Amino acid sequence: MSEAVVPHTTEKRAAAAPGRFRRALDSDLFYSFRRSKVTMIAAGVTLLFFLLAIFASVLSAQNPFDPAQLQLMNSRISPLWTADGQSPFLLGTDEQGRDVLSAILYGLRISLLVGVLGVVLSGAIGILLGLTAGYFGGAVDGLIMRIADVQLSFPAILIALLINGIAKSVFGNKLDEMSMLAVLVFAIGLSFWVQYARTVRGSVLVEKNKDYVAAAQLIGLPAPVIMLRHVLPNTTGPILVIATINLALAIITEATLSFLGSGMPETMPSLGTLIRIGNGYLFAGEWWIVAFPGLALAALILSINLLGDWLRDALNPKLR
Amino acid sequence: MLAFTLRRAIQAIGVMIAVGIIAFSMFRFAGDPVNQMVGMDTSGAERAAIRKSLGLDDPVIVQFGRYVGNAAQFKFGVSYQFRLPVTNLLMERMPATLELAICATIFAMISGIMMGVYSALRRDSWLAHVFQAVSLIGISLPTFLIGILMIYLFSVTLGWLPSFGRGDVVHIGWWTTGLLTLSGLKALIMPSITLGLFQMTLIMRLVRAEMLEVMRTDYIRFARARGLTTRAIHFGHALRNTLVPVITVAGLQFGSVIAFAIITETVFQWPGMGLLFVQAVQNVDIPIMAAYLMMVSLIFVTINLVVDILYTIVDPRLRSTVSRAH
Amino acid sequence: MTEPVLSVRNLQVEFASRRGTLRAINDVSFDIAKGEVLGVVGESGAGKSVTGLSVIGLIDPPGRIAGGEVRLAGLRIDNLPPEEMRRVRGKRIGMIFQDPLTSLNPLYKVGDQIVETIRTHLNLSEAAARRRAIDLLAEVGIPAPEKRIDGYPHEFSGGMRQRVVIALAICAEPELIIADEPTTALDVSVQAQIISLIKRLGRDHGTAVMLVTHDMGVIAETSDRVAVMYAGRVAEIGPVQDVVKNPLHPYAKGLMGAIPTLAGDDKRLVQIPGSMPRLSAIPRGCSFNPRCAFAFDRCRVERPEPLPRGAQSVACHLYDTVPAESAA
Repeated sequence: MSEAVVPHTTEKRAAAAPGRFRRALDSDLFYSFRRSKVTMIAAGVTLLFFLLAIFASVLSAQNPFDPAQLQLMNSRISPLWTADGQSPFLLGTDEQGRDVLSAILYGLRISLLVGVLGVVLSGAIGILLGLTAGYFGGAVDGLIMRIADVQLSFPAILIALLINGIAKSVFGNKLDEMSMLAVLVFAIGLSFWVQYARTVRGSVLVEKNKDYVAAAQLIGLPAPVIMLRHVLPNTTGPILVIATINLALAIITEATLSFLGSGMPETMPSLGTLIRIGNGYLFAGEWWIVAFPGLALAALILSINLLGDWLRDALNPKLR
Repeated sequence: MLAFTLRRAIQAIGVMIAVGIIAFSMFRFAGDPVNQMVGMDTSGAERAAIRKSLGLDDPVIVQFGRYVGNAAQFKFGVSYQFRLPVTNLLMERMPATLELAICATIFAMISGIMMGVYSALRRDSWLAHVFQAVSLIGISLPTFLIGILMIYLFSVTLGWLPSFGRGDVVHIGWWTTGLLTLSGLKALIMPSITLGLFQMTLIMRLVRAEMLEVMRTDYIRFARARGLTTRAIHFGHALRNTLVPVITVAGLQFGSVIAFAIITETVFQWPGMGLLFVQAVQNVDIPIMAAYLMMVSLIFVTINLVVDILYTIVDPRLRSTVSRAH
Repeated sequence: MTEPVLSVRNLQVEFASRRGTLRAINDVSFDIAKGEVLGVVGESGAGKSVTGLSVIGLIDPPGRIAGGEVRLAGLRIDNLPPEEMRRVRGKRIGMIFQDPLTSLNPLYKVGDQIVETIRTHLNLSEAAARRRAIDLLAEVGIPAPEKRIDGYPHEFSGGMRQRVVIALAICAEPELIIADEPTTALDVSVQAQIISLIKRLGRDHGTAVMLVTHDMGVIAETSDRVAVMYAGRVAEIGPVQDVVKNPLHPYAKGLMGAIPTLAGDDKRLVQIPGSMPRLSAIPRGCSFNPRCAFAFDRCRVERPEPLPRGAQSVACHLYDTVPAESAA
């Protein structure tokens, strides 16, 4: 047990600035973080993946998507440690002579970008709708939560695929890479907002009936502003947990869409696209083209999930 | 009981109408249906004629009414790619998807319940830890990666199982089944496991949590005080009380299994509705997309309704008790 | 004197916790004879329920019996292998828990639960067990038992459910019944019925009853003897009239003083100052000494052991100084 939490009893909390409260929370979090080796490794791996993605262009042997840098004579080279390996292609090359490692680094960048933007968008939509539903109540609340209920019973991947198909139909089948990325972010954003909305709404409903809201209104402060300042700090923990777990889900969703051929095009592939491409060479025995992107994707998602699991347990002491 | 069922049924119809509006909007507003149906060199007059024949000049509400009316009779129009009625295309592929989904669910239920019970009862054994690890991996590995991995292992390397298709199927009326031939059964193994793995993880975690919860209840303590055998307590009392929520969740998940089959069917080139849908999304074949959405929603809504009603039958407390003897 | 049905000697129960081992039961000894009702009374946390659970062998980890003996009709049962102890539970010792609402499995008909228990312990056919179940329901006072046997627990009222629980506890003719706060969760009007039912069953079948409760009134009405527990120890034990009329231990005096009477004398109800110590902070010497008006130096250093005083036995240093005149 961290001793930092104990003194924060009621009379002190009123005086303590949010910063101090958060500091106590952080120290408690940090304590349980240091106690779990698995979590520390997971955090390290996640951080590593983010760094690799950010510095992809510096770390890669080539820009795998610049045709000028590709040579067909370098195609289908197996990884360095196998009999036919060639430097500098550590993880081998694909059909077009692309270095698999470089492709993974660039693909990681796209996967993480879509995932993070998708989570931010879904969080924004969810928090906004949750606040609206909770604050206004009545018919607005009923409508939003009904939509949430219905949507929750459909898997996100189906919704994302549909949004994707509609976008293609509206904008034409040939979207350039950046618009495709935007469509994916949009599809993920619209698929994952429900949990945020439910959490925030629940918290608003709890806060709404508390005396300080009435008191604030009495002295002429706008209730929404007061509530926001209480609701958001109260839901930071749960939202952080949802966001972490959803980051993993968003990356899986993007990879799945790309694998199904409805995501990032081959000219700007994500990890999912790379797996889709590599899958075609599996039967020819060129396993490395699909294996390493797959491994990278699995390791990334596993680390994020482990972080999410730990965060959920650490922020919710009621669970054992 | 009747009022409850009726209320649920009305809710289900409400959901279907909402989905109908979405499907219709996709069909009508997402791209011009005429453009999708004709070539570049079709004249304006011809286009107008087609518009008229499709009824696209009528008021939107009339079109919607017609669309819903047709949908209620399972008429979803003609596929842009195949130039065939969508209904025929879907019906032809439905048995493949349903068979896959059912096998996957059975696999997920059996293995998920067994693993869940074991890891609840032997919480600290090494096997329970292995199951926990498997469940984490099951959630973290995307379905298509698991499929690819299995294909590489069992088809490419070992050559034991076919990597694509349904194998030989037998026609029984309009239904086709792969359950009656050896090649059909072999073809089912990998797709079923791939599709069921996620549900298995879910069921295992749920069974474990529920079982631990139930084992702490007073009636289990009382059952122990009555001297019942460990076996009767674990399987007669604890497991049975666990199964109510588990069956509910598994039932509700069946719709998701059908939707997730999209991915598995693509990996294994399984000739089901999901593969058709993925191809439709790639080729912007809106009638198929809309029809698939309606079909899957119908399955979802029906399952939800059935589960709600079954729930009241399984759990006596929810049944309306007509005769109370005091 | 014949051998007692239940004989507990120097029982110790410990709970392992993060802050070290806590001793919930410390050197508890008592006997219950055939057909006798022993009331066990004390504040919550005094160790009454834990005593009952350890007799029937249902102390869950991290708790464990750390010392002493429990004998059932001479047979030592505290160290039986789990499977043999299971055969004792329900067959030779029946148990009744506090809350009848949660003691029955909601998904099974009450008849199925009774038949299941009967057939676990007695070699009877399904039909014979069902007939016996109907008889049992009739015996515990459930009207129209042949109809109610197919009812689910939620179809019974609280009092009726507790009757079903009692039927379950006695269905294999146990020698001992442990009733843990059997009336606490019930309406006052139903409490008396359940109490008289337990008393009647004990008398009719010659069953020994260990009645755990915090309600002195229930004890006075039902029990032959009473054990007053405090902080994991027996403070005083003896025939119920003696202990009620002439309590010896200062704590028992306080406890008896706290019973309101209808006698109408203008004595005020006596309150015991303070509250029982937590297990982690039991004082040295006599655990009651900080609350005791008569405490002297010895009480703060040395733990009092039970001393016989007539039919009673009391663990208090106040009685150690008195010559053994009353031993006759």
